Amino acid sequence: MANNKKSPDHYVAPFDETPVDVIDAVRVDDKVSNLWLDAWRDMRKRPMFYISGVLILLVIVVALFPTLFTQVAPDMDCQLSNSNGAPEPGHILGYTKQGCDIFSRIVHGTSTSLSVGVIVVVLTTVLGIIFGAIAGFYGKWIDAALSRVGDIFFAIPYILAAVVVMSVFSAYRNVWIISLAIGIFAWPSTARVLRAEILRVKNSDFVMAATAIGVSRFRILIRHVMPNSLAPVIVVTTISLAAAIVAEATLSFLGVGLPTTFMSWGNDISQAQSDLRTAPQALIYPSIALSITVLAFIMMGEVIRDALDPRERATR
Amino acid sequence: MLGYTIRRILQAIPVFFGTTLLIYFMVFAMPGDPIVALFGDHGVNEAVAEQLRVRYHLDQPFIVQYLIYIGGVFQGDFGTSFSGQPVSEILATTFPVTIRLALLSLLIEMVFGISIGLISGLRKGKLFDASALVVSLILLSLPIFVIAFVAQFVIALKLGWARATVSGGAPWEELILPAFVLATVSVAYIIRLTRASVIETGQQDFVRTAYSKGLSRRRVIGVHILRNSLIPVVTFLAVDFGVLLVGATVTEGIFNVPGVGRTLYQAIIRGEGPTVVSFVTVMVLIYLVVNLVVDLLYAALDPRIRYGK
Repeated sequence: MANNKKSPDHYVAPFDETPVDVIDAVRVDDKVSNLWLDAWRDMRKRPMFYISGVLILLVIVVALFPTLFTQVAPDMDCQLSNSNGAPEPGHILGYTKQGCDIFSRIVHGTSTSLSVGVIVVVLTTVLGIIFGAIAGFYGKWIDAALSRVGDIFFAIPYILAAVVVMSVFSAYRNVWIISLAIGIFAWPSTARVLRAEILRVKNSDFVMAATAIGVSRFRILIRHVMPNSLAPVIVVTTISLAAAIVAEATLSFLGVGLPTTFMSWGNDISQAQSDLRTAPQALIYPSIALSITVLAFIMMGEVIRDALDPRERATR
Repeated sequence: MLGYTIRRILQAIPVFFGTTLLIYFMVFAMPGDPIVALFGDHGVNEAVAEQLRVRYHLDQPFIVQYLIYIGGVFQGDFGTSFSGQPVSEILATTFPVTIRLALLSLLIEMVFGISIGLISGLRKGKLFDASALVVSLILLSLPIFVIAFVAQFVIALKLGWARATVSGGAPWEELILPAFVLATVSVAYIIRLTRASVIETGQQDFVRTAYSKGLSRRRVIGVHILRNSLIPVVTFLAVDFGVLLVGATVTEGIFNVPGVGRTLYQAIIRGEGPTVVSFVTVMVLIYLVVNLVVDLLYAALDPRIRYGK
């Protein structure tokens, strides 16, 4: 018995005394830990987590309750006499060309950006998980077929693709259509990441063990492989939320996004561009709002990735 | 290598037909009758319209139209723009400008990305490194049109260091500002890529060996660390070249660079659906070909790709 205790923090029981279900439990007095708990502990040590977290919360609150932040209506209170006007009390950022309050337009545009981001992410994650999981887990011709389908969508740079979709649906432009246009071409990156991770995980011992005791293939995928493959998907999800917000703004900026009747930062930036020389504020402030929102999500994605990937931690 | 090349090309074929079919289908589904649109405000002459429909194969079923179109693509006929000029002709005049812009951006990316990334990696955790990481993060989150407008406003309009828009012939010196704008996001990415790679290489045994052999720091960094760290960076640059060729729509539009991107930008602004689509198709094809070439080059350089699955 004594010769089994080579190091003090490892407990290795004699094999014949070990019940099968504790064979894996080597560290007896260690704190309960897993990838997610470790990651959570690691994240809370980083200032970037709090900065991005607070920013994201702020964006969500502004998107849900814009009237908490401004009493000025973004469209009905516009006065042409204020066109391109300078900031004044109650209108801290000045006015747009149409005499609308810039601050109010930014506040009310938040929900557009955020909802496009969320819808796109839900769409890409659902499609990505279905395609990626099935392709990676079942392999063979299913993988070949699904991967080629993914390649087709992946091969088209998705802003270009969204431009075509939006030109086709020019009569029905709304938040759902633009999210669909972006999401339909953005899911293959999620699928690829998940597929690669599943290929890695499905050869693990615990999968073999589950197969050995007769667990069905589908159940293995759902209960054993998926939970262990989701970490990189979460990172991709956070970053693609940022990318989707940028894509919406870019499409609206190009004039194939949302109609100008929608409150959208991209639209406001697009409309302000002709007066860049004389009234830069109408362009600068929505740009800042857009950039900070995107930055918050990218920072969060970065923090999560660092926390989930021990190799990244080493190079930090 | 030959086996890999053949396999890779065979894989590209379904993607080629898939993407073109997808785009073509979207156009097919586009509401409105293009022939009626041709008449503009004038009344539609049904007899003429019918002849036009036959001439442009619009009376054929979808799949026949697609095959006729693909047959044309293989002969270098990418369709005609709204103004009646063949797309291939427009490409011949605009593409060289876009290629020059892309090359200039690539140069900027290499110079700034690799040098800043290298210094960051060597001084991991120091002030320079920390600020480079923060700056690169900010650059990554700025949408390209924001960067473009800020550059245009500050550098061209306020400081007067460059022209706000590019003139007709697109001389090299006027392309510098748009090239910088186009390069920013990739510079940020390359800084991070180089930095991570340099740190990883720096921990390798052969670097320690080189130091203990008594080689100078300059030589260890230049020959042993940098060279070995650049593989992922070179790959990224090659892929990015494809992206630059097709992805400069916004930048070229804002700076009025007479390239492929601006042509697309203007077609979008004017709502010329069919022109937009034929340009997007050509760009997707270019992108596919560049990616294929990059993959083959990469396999030629790195044997692990060829034999690994």
